[in-house]
Amino acid sequence: MLTAVLLFLPLAAALLLHFTKGGTARALALGASLVEFALAAFVAFDFSRHGSGPYNLDYAWIPSAGLNFHLGLDGLSLLLVLLTTFLVPLILLAAFRRDYDNPSAFYALVLFMQTGLLGVFMALDAFLFYFFWEVALIPIYFLAGAWGGERRIAVTLKFFLFTVVGSLLMLAGFVYLYLQTGPAASGLAAHSSELSAFYKLKLSAGEQSWLFWLIFAAFAVKMPIFPFHTWQPDTYTEAPAPATMLLSGIMLKMGIYGTLRWLLPVVPLGVSQWQRPVIILAVIGVIYGAVIAIRQRDMKRLIAYSSLSHVGLMAAGVFSLTQIGLQGAVVQMLAHGVNVVGMFFAADAIERRTGTRHLPDLGGLTRRTPLLSVCFLVMLLSTVALPLTGGVVGEFLLLAGVYQYSAWVGAVAGLTIIFSAVYLLRMFQRSMLGPDSSFSATITDLTGGELLVFVPLIVLVFWLGLFPGTFLRLSEPAVSSILTAVGR
Amino acid sequence: MTSIILLSVFGIVQLFLGFLRSNKVLLPGALLVLLAVFGANLADWNHAPQSFFNQMLTVDHYTVAFTGIVVLTALLLLPFSRSYVAAHEPNLAEYYALLLFSLVGAVMMIGYDHLLMLFVGIEILSISMYVLAGASKRDSRSNEAALKYFLMGAFATGILLFGIALLYGATGTFALSQIAPAVAAPANASLQPMLYVGILLMIVGIGFKVSAAPFHFWTPDVYEGAPTFFTAFMSTVVKTAGFAAFLKLLAVALPAAQGFWAPTIQAMCALTLLLGNVGAAVQPTAKRMLAYSSVSHAGYLLIGLVAANGSLTGPAASGLFFYSLAYSIATVAAFGVLKLVADQRGRDDYAALNGLGKTNPLLAFVMTVAMLSLAGIPLTGGFFGKFFLLTAAAGQGHIGLVVFAVVMSMVGIYYYLRPIIAMYLRPAEGPNAEAVPVDGLQAFTLGLLALLTIALGIVPGFLSGIL
Repeated sequence: MLTAVLLFLPLAAALLLHFTKGGTARALALGASLVEFALAAFVAFDFSRHGSGPYNLDYAWIPSAGLNFHLGLDGLSLLLVLLTTFLVPLILLAAFRRDYDNPSAFYALVLFMQTGLLGVFMALDAFLFYFFWEVALIPIYFLAGAWGGERRIAVTLKFFLFTVVGSLLMLAGFVYLYLQTGPAASGLAAHSSELSAFYKLKLSAGEQSWLFWLIFAAFAVKMPIFPFHTWQPDTYTEAPAPATMLLSGIMLKMGIYGTLRWLLPVVPLGVSQWQRPVIILAVIGVIYGAVIAIRQRDMKRLIAYSSLSHVGLMAAGVFSLTQIGLQGAVVQMLAHGVNVVGMFFAADAIERRTGTRHLPDLGGLTRRTPLLSVCFLVMLLSTVALPLTGGVVGEFLLLAGVYQYSAWVGAVAGLTIIFSAVYLLRMFQRSMLGPDSSFSATITDLTGGELLVFVPLIVLVFWLGLFPGTFLRLSEPAVSSILTAVGR
Repeated sequence: MTSIILLSVFGIVQLFLGFLRSNKVLLPGALLVLLAVFGANLADWNHAPQSFFNQMLTVDHYTVAFTGIVVLTALLLLPFSRSYVAAHEPNLAEYYALLLFSLVGAVMMIGYDHLLMLFVGIEILSISMYVLAGASKRDSRSNEAALKYFLMGAFATGILLFGIALLYGATGTFALSQIAPAVAAPANASLQPMLYVGILLMIVGIGFKVSAAPFHFWTPDVYEGAPTFFTAFMSTVVKTAGFAAFLKLLAVALPAAQGFWAPTIQAMCALTLLLGNVGAAVQPTAKRMLAYSSVSHAGYLLIGLVAANGSLTGPAASGLFFYSLAYSIATVAAFGVLKLVADQRGRDDYAALNGLGKTNPLLAFVMTVAMLSLAGIPLTGGFFGKFFLLTAAAGQGHIGLVVFAVVMSMVGIYYYLRPIIAMYLRPAEGPNAEAVPVDGLQAFTLGLLALLTIALGIVPGFLSGIL
């Protein structure tokens, strides 16, 4: 029951939002997202006390085809549900800073998307997972398209086509798996698309080899992995800041989560067959994203490439198929979500004040903006993986995992820390420090409302850095069972 | 059976109501008739199959299900007749009467058990449609459409009739239930070529009616020229009835000849998917895009025929039912919005839709839902339509065809996004800044169409697998 409330509360609020305007809409959207977070926190608390919870929800959805509306929570899902419910109120708060046209539609789409995201993280039936996967896409397309920058039409079309083509391939893979379950002769109702039924399938190595790519296509586009990333920098740049935060902070994690839950244990032979090429692609993405980020002058674009670089490391850690690498990916999903949202918010705060995010036009902003500088710097340093921050735990575990797989690959991937220090500190130096620009004298510091966004983010950054055990404990059983299924 | 009687009687009554010359009576009258027919049709559900006219017509689950679709479609379409009919036509009653008569033909095509009944049904439907395609008498494009449709349609009917004659010659019967054993165990082997030519000619004739490639060439011109209201009728009711008849013919009468017709249908299917989707992607106007899209959907529906495996029940038949329903509802919604917009803005290209999200949020929302459904994106009925059909086909081992259909639906996503981009991402400028007038009934119907599409996309369980 609680699971259903958790899933549908944002949707209900989104529907209600259509009847509200202005201040009421804000209050309703924010209130709903806060209640949602409280609910998720309660579930997490309950879950960590019992080690499990009565959070299974299983109804017959389409009986004639054997599909179930099956939701469930384990440690891994729970962490991502927490991340989503934690970030959405902050993203809404960030959206309040700007006067978007038709604000209640904007907030409604954000909440609608939250339902899609939560569904993805909780679904235990393949077609239900696919269903929510696409449900999450529709609102973000409209958020990025209708409120985006000048080149939004072409950019969002590319984004939509890339992701839909990827997810249709995944759907084709799921249909194949689904038809392999149950006796073939007795009609569709005897088949099942339950995750557990997929785990039990005995597929030959040849089948798993191509199924791997069908299913991985959707995840690779979503993350994105080099060379499926070409939609990403443009979309992140053109989308309005809250949409970019949703894309990078949460939606990107759908790809990693999907790989952990729906790829590794389902086609383990395919995974071990393609492990090396995928890790190499991921590490290429790490270096490629970093090198391009160094050359960027647009702050949003720079952060987009930095995100590309960091997600590459997460993917490499996942495909190292080691306990430590997977755990690292889990922590890094949380840390990256927090960091990237913080950085995009800082970039947006600067853009709102100066009207530009072009680095050569900025500079010398720190003197009048001590709070903004500190908040921005904390987010940067956590992304660079400075000790005490959330970034360091994730990156360290990920690199250790990749190193266990291969010392050489680990060494190359390790360059990410140096590179990210280069491009992120360069961004900070160009924008906040350096010679005075035309904005140095007039810029104002963070308002109370903006501080409200940063403070929770910073708290979580240090929590992740100092007490990562809180989160690692939750995910450990889930990660172990995934690795057992893969046979490691 | 009740539905045929009701439709015929009230069709004639509508003609007499024409003396009143008032849309205030005619439209509500037609709506009430269709509601009554819909109810009467549903009342036949869960009865034992009944036969009428010397076993020439059957009322069973199959008939009730598909009749339900065509009547519902007509019912949901009627509110959009209002402004068109009022503006152009002094003799409105005839159009309403013709619509009701054409539904009689559709119901006969769905329920037939005898090739003669099939032919009569197709003719009743087609002749009404020839007239209605030319309903816009002073518009030369509408006249052209009617003439083209009539010439091509008459030709196709001839071919169909020829096919029926040859089939009769080879089997000695018109009754579907007797054709099947005669095909399975031919009395005279030398008549086999006649049988196969007959089957082929019938496939051509019906393929023309449902606009399956390579017999689809008339579709874009006729759909574009005909008044939008009747285009919507043609692309939903005619197609649904045509496919119901097609499936019945192949599954009941000709299962023994599957080795012959299955490859033919598969080839038609692949060609239809290719030409429909690629054609739709390059069209300059939204109306022509919808015309080509209706060709492409004929392709997806043909997959259902291939996968049915000689049965009117089971996943493929249910999938065909679900797909037809989802497709009809979404198409009515799309044409309904397009018609309202075109009436006010005087054009039906993509630019006519620019900024509709600002000026008419309801129209834009309904159009978006319709486009997503036609594209097969989840949360809409169109997704589950494709899902059921393609899963059924994959379960029968038609992997190549399914993969091709999935690739083609990727193309589809591109062109179905174009109206959405125009409505939400492009600004409302010039003449587009004005809101499109929508009356209460139309707004209600549009809302209902969107709701139905979403309901089919979230809880498809209540209608899936009913056959």
